[in-house]
Amino acid sequence: MKIAVLMKDVPDLVEDLEVEDGALPLDEMSFVPSEWDDQALEEALLIKEEDGADVTAVAVDTGDVDTMLYTALAKGVDRAVKIVGDFSRSLTNRQRAQLLARYCQNERFDLILTGVQAIDDLDGQIAGLVAGLMGIGHASVVRDVHVAQDRVRFVQEYSGGKMAEFDLACPALLGIQAARKPPRYVTIAKVRQVQKSAEIDEVEDSVGETPVVTVRRLYKPESGGHAEMWGDDVETVANHIVAILEEKKLLRG
Amino acid sequence: MGHILVVAELENGRVSDPSRELITKARELGEQVNRPVAVAGFGPAAADALQNLDADDAYVVKDDLLAEYHPELAEAALLNILQNPTDLVLVPNTTMGMDLGASVAARRNWSMVAYCTDLAIDGETVVARSQVYGGKLAAEVEVPLTGAVVTVIPGSWPSDGRRGSPTMHEVSAPSALNMTRRRVIEADAGNDVDITRADILVSVGRGIQDPDNLELAEELAAALGGMVSCSRPVVDAGWLPRSRQVGKSGKTVKPKVYLALGISGAPEHLQGMKDADLIIAVNSDANAPIFDVAHYGATADMLELMPILTEKLQGRAG
Repeated sequence: MKIAVLMKDVPDLVEDLEVEDGALPLDEMSFVPSEWDDQALEEALLIKEEDGADVTAVAVDTGDVDTMLYTALAKGVDRAVKIVGDFSRSLTNRQRAQLLARYCQNERFDLILTGVQAIDDLDGQIAGLVAGLMGIGHASVVRDVHVAQDRVRFVQEYSGGKMAEFDLACPALLGIQAARKPPRYVTIAKVRQVQKSAEIDEVEDSVGETPVVTVRRLYKPESGGHAEMWGDDVETVANHIVAILEEKKLLRG
Repeated sequence: MGHILVVAELENGRVSDPSRELITKARELGEQVNRPVAVAGFGPAAADALQNLDADDAYVVKDDLLAEYHPELAEAALLNILQNPTDLVLVPNTTMGMDLGASVAARRNWSMVAYCTDLAIDGETVVARSQVYGGKLAAEVEVPLTGAVVTVIPGSWPSDGRRGSPTMHEVSAPSALNMTRRRVIEADAGNDVDITRADILVSVGRGIQDPDNLELAEELAAALGGMVSCSRPVVDAGWLPRSRQVGKSGKTVKPKVYLALGISGAPEHLQGMKDADLIIAVNSDANAPIFDVAHYGATADMLELMPILTEKLQGRAG
């Protein structure tokens, strides 16, 4: 079974997002791997451990994706591939999906896993876009992926805790919500070690025409309301909570 | 002129509330840009469920396999329906929306806008407002009325409940499938507590940091006479069962008190708890979106707060 994991990095939400002239200053921000792609990577590695699959981590070179790909190698993927070209941080998901779909089509993967979503996919999730462009069977909000010969079995989450188990012929693409286990951790020392011994393969490509949506502006939402804030002193906060529950007659005894 | 098409979901044989919200918006937009409204529904109950909706046309795919959502079949059915002139497709941002929205947009070479929370007309242009970056930012996006898919976060605007009598059309679905549904797994409420019945929920998120700290939340919930619930990351880490999860893929709750501890308030979580009577949020990040829906908030350390609050409550009871 030949598996691809499509990965991307996204702005780190730990940092305050400052909008400048209606856009994010992407070149000045720090990026982290999208958390759902990390889940997809973990699920692929679990499948590999279960069934001996060959796993390739794939990313589009929109900045510094090397650390993300070396980390994937350190975690256990067989190959890391970077799609290189004249791509900026502002590459749209639609453009990214076009590049990824073309690469996956050429490589004839049996199974493609990626995160169910990312925090920045305003113009569509990579999972659906790539599957649609490739015209292959797909599902999102997926967990518990197992493979058998040329088929893949998985659980799709509906809403309210209801789920369904499906069986799908390969080639297939799944948008992973969560891996069976929390993503494994590798030390920076191990990543550095891999950096010395392994290489990231590069595949050149360029972006063709894709449908666009015009973003008029990006801004901090004016919320309909905001909580009345009690500060950060635990004693004060605890007293406030007790008082408000008492006032609303929600305390026992 | 093509339709504004709403892809409706059915729950227990009736059109879901998020789908009804989309029909209301489709009609509002349609009146302004002179487009008819159509609704699509899947499964054996679809014809009955759709026949009184406020739409000009209703397309139903009656296949028994679509009594529950089936990604491959639903996509094929929707692509068949889209053979009819369509300018804009609205889909709820549920599992179905996550599945169908982007892939159908890609297959049709249409534009797509995800995580929409509002749609309005500005002159001749449809403008969507979307939540991005975990709800920390909003984007204002122009939606071309020449073929586009918009996935909408449930609860973004109310349904007006208007009724109508659409012209009904039956659409066939393909029979040869690559995807088989082996079984439906019902929600496991019976195996654990039912958090939807709790008056008070102590809900924990990533801020709980370690499963050992859950004991602090359990003690606090006990002192309050409530239950412990959580956001998605706590379930994914395997620290609490899925039955405790609040949000889009978990339970929708409406307790008297929702104490959100260490929960940032991603849109998927807010979807499941924003209608609680009283929301008190504690999060170290003063900019966390949870504070936008909470009535009261604090930036205190939740791990320090929980035992102190428990002690005060116990002392008061004793």
